[in-house]
Amino acid sequence: MGNPQSVLLLGGTSEIGLAVVEAFANDRPMRVVLAGRPSARLDEAKVRVEKLGCAVETVDFDARALDTHADVIRKAFAGGDVDVAIVAFGLLGDAEKAWTEVDAAVELATVNYTAAVAVGVGLGERMREQGHGAIVAMSSVAGERPRRSNFVYGSTKAGLDAFYTGLTEALRPDGVGVTVVRPGFVHSRMTEGHTPAPFSTTPEAVAAVVVDAVRNRQEQVWAPKPLRAVMSVLRHLPRPVFRRLPG
Amino acid sequence: MAHTGSLSGWGRTAPSTARIVTPRTAAEVAAVVTAAGPRGIIARGLGRSYGDPAQNAGGTVLDMTGLAAPPAIDADTGVAVVDGGVSLDTLMRAALPLGWWVPVLPGTRQVTVGGAFGADVHGKNHHTKGSFGNHVLAMDVVTADGSIRTLTPDGPEAELFWTTVGGMGLTGVIVRATVQLQRTESAYFVVDTDRTRDLDELLELLTDGSDDTYDYSAAWFDTTTTGAKLGRAVLTRGSLATLDQLSPTQRRDPLKFDAPQLLTFPDVFPNGLANPATLRAFSELWYHTKPRRDRGAIQNITAFYQVLDLFGDWNRVYGSRGFLQYQFLVPFGEEATLRRIAERIAASRHSSGLNVLKRFGAGNQAPLSFPQPGWTVTVDFPIASGLHRFCDELDELVLYAGGRLYLAKESRTTGANFRRGYPRFDEWRKVRDATDPEGVFVSDMARRLGLTS
Ligand SMILES: Cc1cc2nc3c(=O)[nH]c(=O)nc-3n(C[C@H](O)[C@H](O)[C@H](O)COP(=O)(O)OP(=O)(O)OC[C@H]3O[C@@H](n4cnc5c(N)ncnc54)[C@H](O)[C@@H]3O)c2cc1C
Repeated sequence: MGNPQSVLLLGGTSEIGLAVVEAFANDRPMRVVLAGRPSARLDEAKVRVEKLGCAVETVDFDARALDTHADVIRKAFAGGDVDVAIVAFGLLGDAEKAWTEVDAAVELATVNYTAAVAVGVGLGERMREQGHGAIVAMSSVAGERPRRSNFVYGSTKAGLDAFYTGLTEALRPDGVGVTVVRPGFVHSRMTEGHTPAPFSTTPEAVAAVVVDAVRNRQEQVWAPKPLRAVMSVLRHLPRPVFRRLPG
Repeated sequence: MAHTGSLSGWGRTAPSTARIVTPRTAAEVAAVVTAAGPRGIIARGLGRSYGDPAQNAGGTVLDMTGLAAPPAIDADTGVAVVDGGVSLDTLMRAALPLGWWVPVLPGTRQVTVGGAFGADVHGKNHHTKGSFGNHVLAMDVVTADGSIRTLTPDGPEAELFWTTVGGMGLTGVIVRATVQLQRTESAYFVVDTDRTRDLDELLELLTDGSDDTYDYSAAWFDTTTTGAKLGRAVLTRGSLATLDQLSPTQRRDPLKFDAPQLLTFPDVFPNGLANPATLRAFSELWYHTKPRRDRGAIQNITAFYQVLDLFGDWNRVYGSRGFLQYQFLVPFGEEATLRRIAERIAASRHSSGLNVLKRFGAGNQAPLSFPQPGWTVTVDFPIASGLHRFCDELDELVLYAGGRLYLAKESRTTGANFRRGYPRFDEWRKVRDATDPEGVFVSDMARRLGLTS
């Protein structure tokens, strides 16, 4: 019925990710695996989801530690099939440092892109074995057309987006669905202190879009939905015009 | 002989992908079972179960419709030897000319012998004839070790026989069954119809003793109107007609049966076509096309009871999102619960056009067989948001009343709720695990509800 019985959230403290888990759990308590760095925030997230009647388990997951990812995925699937896996971890970083300091650039690329690819490979393998399931990858409109203001972040999301878009095709014959989600500016901890862009939204609103998309097996969605049309225009603007847009 | 494909139940929700193998002989079944991989194997009949018992994500599914030699029927004794993949429609058509009738037929004849046994299906005559398992004299089952065992209801392996009845394919693969058919003089029914004002009047008619004078009985009732009309119903009851009840024309060819398929629905229906407004209109129409009281009408089986068999793939009308069928039973004495459930449905945002109420007779000894003395109700909900929660609430009412859910229709409950309705589950599980310790037999439903480990 499109209602998952088990959900894996990679990025166990991600606000959007948790909002998606809650939106699913509102219809029916589920088995939830939160994969994230051990922290007070992760413990809080566990309690929050448990309050909805879910059985919650946490798995230690550090996106930077690429060679541990295979093990993380194994542990996450140890309790049984996973119906929906959400790839929601990511950093926004300091946009200026990100293109001037090599460590900052590499960290952003590692967490947002390389780690997303590493877990994507693992998820694909497991889901093919179980013959069903859905993967949700949190991309961003920032990946659609790079901007001066945050292009390193944008480039990592562009990479993630391309990878999961391709994975959608690769997994389709096995009955596994992939949904690539492109939110605009989302008010959250991550964007605190940043000036909201037009069409800004909330984690809950993004979650509603994601839940619908998974139910209807949509492969690519924008949140809020009108951004699809907006981005389609922005992608085609000549550079001199695009450059002068605010934000 | 094997390919990869996506499978779902009749409700068209929750498809999953598996390797599909179509065996042609029992030996082939055994070979595929012993070669099953880590995600196991399950038999599938005609896929008329609504949920996920006949699919196995990432594993193997045996399409049993390839194992379907013509039934061998002894014209004198009515004993039929049938392959597991033969449909009850085929069996009925083979038996009728010889004067024999299939003793238990569900609301569609497009089910296999294996599926009828695996779910221990019941018909409108449950109160007089029990369920399908009651009429099986013996069956050949391929178990997890690849051996073919002949089981009988009271032989040395009776325990495994009754574990397989209603066992949803989780004990082995039924490759052949010996079924005792029932004598009949005609292929027609003599039918009485009563329209009732409300649910109370219906329950009264069903408990005043008159029900036992009919072999077949079931009621359609309305859950789209609230207030005084809530639960108004059309009750149709009948028995197989004897020769003297037929018209002279019918008497010339009393065993004649023809049920054309009127049309097959194409896969083009939008979601939301079956909505509260259309379902209410349908219910209104259905109620008023029926006579207030009618006696002795002669009807064939399709008209009397399997109206939907006139249409191929009618489930497509619900659109790609599919629909959910909810069937439960509550014991006698829980009529107040029945009424509350009807009220809940009528008051909710979820409408159902097809609601059936039937009085069950005694159950059999199979631990997972659904029928028990009591009332069974079937409702059909188009998929809509919030439906899950709503069904969880209905579960609570049903289980609190000591009732249970029917696995052949089930697609959404929890393992805990399922087990609450089946107190003999552990007993079933023990026998199952003993014949299949490695868990070779498994389905999406088994994983979802924790029926196997
Ligand atoms: C319109 C409609 C009306 C219905 N009305 C009724 C009704 O009135 N009463 C009722 O009881 N049911 C009813 N049903 C449900 C239906 O009778 C059952 O779901 C039945 O099991 C379907 O048989 P199938 O051959 O399609 O089996 P499937 O749906 O393919 O499989 C059902 C189960 O049986 C198992 N199975 C199938 N074949 C074998 C085999 N050879 N060996 C071992 N296990 C096997 C499967 O593993 C699965 O667990 C109705 C269904 C529809 C669509």
